Amino acid sequence: MLSFIARRCATGLLMLVALSLLIFVLLRLAPGDPIDAYINPSMPMSASDLETLRDRLGLDQPLPLQYFGWLRAALSGDFGYSIQRSGVRVLPLVMERIGPTALLMGMGLAIAIIIGIAAGIYSAVRRNAWPDIAMSVLSFIGISSPAFLTALLGLYFFSVLLHWAPSGGMQTAGAPFSIADVLAHLILPACLLSIGHAALIMRYMRASLLEVLNQDYVRTARAKGVREFWVIIKHATRNALLPVITLIGSTVGIAVGGAIFLESVFNWPGMGLLLVNAVGTRDYPVIMGATLVIGVCVILVNILTDVAYAFVDPRIQVA
Amino acid sequence: MTGAAIEPPAIQRTKGPLRRALDRFIENRAARAGLFIVIPVVIAVVTYHWWWPYAPNAIDLKAMNKGPSATHWLGSDGVGRDVFARLLQGGRISLVVAVCSVAISIVIGFLVGAIASFGGRVVDATAMRFVDLAMTLPPVIFLLVLASIAGTGIAPTILVISLLSWPVLSRMVRARLLELRERDFVVAARGMGAGLPHLLFRHGLPNCIDILVVYATLQIANAILLEAGLSFLGLGIAPPEASWGNMLNLARSTVVLEQYPWQWMFPGAALVLTVLAINFIGDGLRDAFDPRSDLN
Repeated sequence: MLSFIARRCATGLLMLVALSLLIFVLLRLAPGDPIDAYINPSMPMSASDLETLRDRLGLDQPLPLQYFGWLRAALSGDFGYSIQRSGVRVLPLVMERIGPTALLMGMGLAIAIIIGIAAGIYSAVRRNAWPDIAMSVLSFIGISSPAFLTALLGLYFFSVLLHWAPSGGMQTAGAPFSIADVLAHLILPACLLSIGHAALIMRYMRASLLEVLNQDYVRTARAKGVREFWVIIKHATRNALLPVITLIGSTVGIAVGGAIFLESVFNWPGMGLLLVNAVGTRDYPVIMGATLVIGVCVILVNILTDVAYAFVDPRIQVA
Repeated sequence: MTGAAIEPPAIQRTKGPLRRALDRFIENRAARAGLFIVIPVVIAVVTYHWWWPYAPNAIDLKAMNKGPSATHWLGSDGVGRDVFARLLQGGRISLVVAVCSVAISIVIGFLVGAIASFGGRVVDATAMRFVDLAMTLPPVIFLLVLASIAGTGIAPTILVISLLSWPVLSRMVRARLLELRERDFVVAARGMGAGLPHLLFRHGLPNCIDILVVYATLQIANAILLEAGLSFLGLGIAPPEASWGNMLNLARSTVVLEQYPWQWMFPGAALVLTVLAINFIGDGLRDAFDPRSDLN
């Protein structure tokens, strides 16, 4: 087990290095002088200071050396300054956005997992009854409709027409911080984020449970006289969950994408909004920092899913 | 089948695999419904400038922010442009972007997959790790980073979307060709001294055609969504050029969202309907090409 985790972490680390290399090369292709990123815009510099800085950052050196210099700085937490917001360092800017995005995605995925698994079990058990067919059609629509459209429609119906939820932001402006207030702002975007994922999880859960229900051990359990409810929950669902766990791990990456659209529609102060604004204003240091942090998070989640999978399913040989 | 009872079965020739696939596709009700939606949409989008009186960027000063009416069927936007004309032009742009980017990503995906499977272990491992990497990063993030470098406009958008979407295809092509490589007829061709181009294009390509067709169909739907998403965020296709995404982008202003819903709901509906229909066709094609589906 330990060697499996270690191996998985090693490939993750390799991925991370490759990712940083990719981002570095891509953004060096971008127009503009990279030294702009490291000048604190609120403090003008003389030409000789600029040369010193260029020398210190190694920007006069060949690209491979530059990469290592950038990597060393990035590892010690120095991503430079935001071009757009004068004098703000990139790292704290990115770090303060992780919390809201994690909150939104965590809540959205939690709702999606609960609804998706419950609906999947129900429609597998009542296969081909009308609720099953209705849910299949709904899930197809859910998978096909893009996050930005569901976000707009949700905002229009639930905030503008029905006034059930606030229309954006994370807190009421001017009001003191309270958990109830944040929750009230969170619930609508989180539900909208969960739609596509709930639909996907439902389809996987249904297919996987249908397969398990045909297995011999399910028939054995029924023949032993186990009540149908417990056959479904204990014998079948536990085994049918395995592929669904992998799916959930891999949807985290997609959820990041959905979160970007929801954040920009609902003005949710997360990573997505930061990244979109940075891309809009060509604020390359922020783009680099944010992309790298998101990449690290996604790779970490993937490793965790694999490890969790190995724990849950003893058939996976970890040697 | 009702016609089968009338024809004497003894004379009937055995149908080829393509013909059987076509039959299965025609019998699929969802796929037929998809075609029923997509074909009129494509015709309307391609020919609209001959039969619709308004141009997408023509300004009607007497109709600003007016709702649907007999003259402007789907209403008009904030500067008096006809929403229906912009919707059709937007569809044209979306289709151009989708078809071009899919064509490019098919070429890249097939070549990478083919070279990975026929090129030996080192090439294969390198290519697949590269594909892994491209698939690790959340697609929308990758799209944003690429778009920030490429800028806005039709050509950069096509480039960005096609650079994003080939890895999945190259995986599928590689898997198919790895299996094909061991078949007798390929081994025989090799033994007779066939070169790599001959192997790839005479044997590899025809045997991948089902993967490519299904991928192309589903990926067109995907590319339409990606383009709309990019334009929605203010990248991708920039105004005044119309696209479904940047029409939806108008709704990010509260006034448009609340008071002029026809300006963003129609493009949204067109987007979902088209994507849904193309997905139906794609699923139908996948089932049709799958020889096992006759057994069910």
